[in-house]
Amino acid sequence: MSAKKNININLKIWRQKNASTKGKMETYKLDNVSTDSSFLEMLDQLNEQLINNQQEPVAFDHDCREGICGMCSLYINGRAHGPDTGTTTCQLHMRKFKDGETIFIEPWRSKAFPVVKDLMVDRSAFDRIQQAGGFVSVNTSGRTIDANATPIRKEDADKAFMAAACIGCGACVATCKNGSAMLFVGAKVSQYALLPQGKVEATERVLNMVRQMDEEGFGNCTNTGACEVECPKGISLENIARMNREYLKASVL
Amino acid sequence: MAKSAFLKSSIAKKYWMALTGLFLCLFLVGHLLGNLQLLMGNNTEAALQFNKYALFMTTNPAVKLLSYLTYISIIFHAVDGIYLAIQNKKARPVAYAMSNPSKNSSFSSRNMAVLGTVVLIFIATHMVNFWYKMKFTDQIPLQTISVDNGMGGKQEFIITADYGQSKFMPKEQLDGKNLVQVGNKIYITKPIKVEFAEGYKDLHKVTYEFFKSKAKLFNVIPNEGLVFTLFYVLSMAFLGFHLWHGFQSAFQSLGINGKFTPAIKVFGKAFSVIVPILFAIIPIYIHFISK
Ligand code: HEM
Ligand code: SF4
Ligand code: FES
Repeated sequence: MSAKKNININLKIWRQKNASTKGKMETYKLDNVSTDSSFLEMLDQLNEQLINNQQEPVAFDHDCREGICGMCSLYINGRAHGPDTGTTTCQLHMRKFKDGETIFIEPWRSKAFPVVKDLMVDRSAFDRIQQAGGFVSVNTSGRTIDANATPIRKEDADKAFMAAACIGCGACVATCKNGSAMLFVGAKVSQYALLPQGKVEATERVLNMVRQMDEEGFGNCTNTGACEVECPKGISLENIARMNREYLKASVL
Repeated sequence: MAKSAFLKSSIAKKYWMALTGLFLCLFLVGHLLGNLQLLMGNNTEAALQFNKYALFMTTNPAVKLLSYLTYISIIFHAVDGIYLAIQNKKARPVAYAMSNPSKNSSFSSRNMAVLGTVVLIFIATHMVNFWYKMKFTDQIPLQTISVDNGMGGKQEFIITADYGQSKFMPKEQLDGKNLVQVGNKIYITKPIKVEFAEGYKDLHKVTYEFFKSKAKLFNVIPNEGLVFTLFYVLSMAFLGFHLWHGFQSAFQSLGINGKFTPAIKVFGKAFSVIVPILFAIIPIYIHFISK
């Protein structure tokens, strides 16, 4: 292990009291940050400092802190989940930053993700898209069929799993210049479209999820590919293409 | 169709962008092949070939159908594209204080609407300069040829058609005096005062004069031919950037992303470089090289 090292940093953080007030960027100085700490631990340290100084701590979202729940967000130095690829904010470490560096921290910016407070945004638009069709209907009255009873091609199962790896964090929306949610919706459509269990409701699923996506005010994909680069779970653009195919099938046939 | 809002939904708009965009790529190839004939030089033969081609393009019914499709595609593509861009702007009402998009996407992909708008402005000026003049005005003179009149002077004749192939004047009406030999080619000519439709509009000459003009643009900027040449070359660069992203993007929009994608990407990049360069060579050749 390398020698322990502490750095001093400057932070520029979006502060906003609540959804209905205007926010602005505030500057903070934070000394003695361990490079071994995670980004969120650094924010914890800042909040302790703020509390000790009788100031309002910075509100930010987090839960598992191990890269699986999708709660953490943060647009760090102009990039969703910070400078690393394939990493959520909670898995980002301070060793990626230099002593004396100024770090910009902003909430996801999207009309469909209104700011609740400081760095927290309301991502329930994703829930509503999911509720519009991101499910399969099964009979749960004691006659459930074991999922493994249905044979599935290995390639399809792999692709469905890869699509299902989406944790709904919203980084794709945050990083997209169009604020488009197509990577998320593409992943959610694909994870069912690839499986026999999902075929039954395929038509309504894609139509309803896309309709909900449009209603929520997300932008339109122009295939810049930024989402794929910034997605912490490596969700591929192929999923958007698959959704486009599914949508075409559903609307023409 | 109603159930999917086939014009309104975000995905349907993308299909239309992609279909019209790809159709316009086909149009570019056709238009380029025709225009490359301008590189054959500034002489009667080359001009005649080009002018015949131009006449064919403005009169042939099949070409007409394609050209209407092209107009519709351009209008639809531009309107839909600008509409999408406005919607996309609205999807992020508060901008980031710090944004680093070059880390995750190409310049072209982020500026399709701006690039497209420049292309649209170019298409509009280009159509006013040539297409409108050709189709709706009589500002384009008929192609003429200058022949020794046997008395030490020259006389201008309008070229109407190749020997034996007269389109506007039946063969029987040919009058020996109007057969003119230049080199080993025979042209049917008529004295300069003829019905307008009986010759070939000399689009070749208009094009050459356009890019070679030494006149002052708006009466201020000298050497307008050079200005036009630079404007055309620059516009082609914008088109190239538009296609650099656009060509392969259209396939993704149509749901085609799989084993052919690497080949589509390579082809698209080659297309986006080669086609605009070949277009740009034409004004460069006319302005700087041709006689
Ligand atoms: C000869 C002219 C043109 C050609 C060959 C062309 C071609 C293309 C192609 C192939 C695409 C990709 C479509 C997709 O991503 O699905 C595209 C996208 C686009 N074009 Fe054009 N285009 C032309 C002119 C224009 C014009 C005049 C505009 C006017 C503003 C424009 C605006 C756009 C926009 C905004 C996009 C991105 C749309 C999106 O992906 O959502 N283009 N173009
Ligand atoms: S596709 Fe990736 S970036 Fe988008 S919500 Fe899912 S995990 Fe997050
Ligand atoms: S806090 Fe759960 S993924 Fe980051």
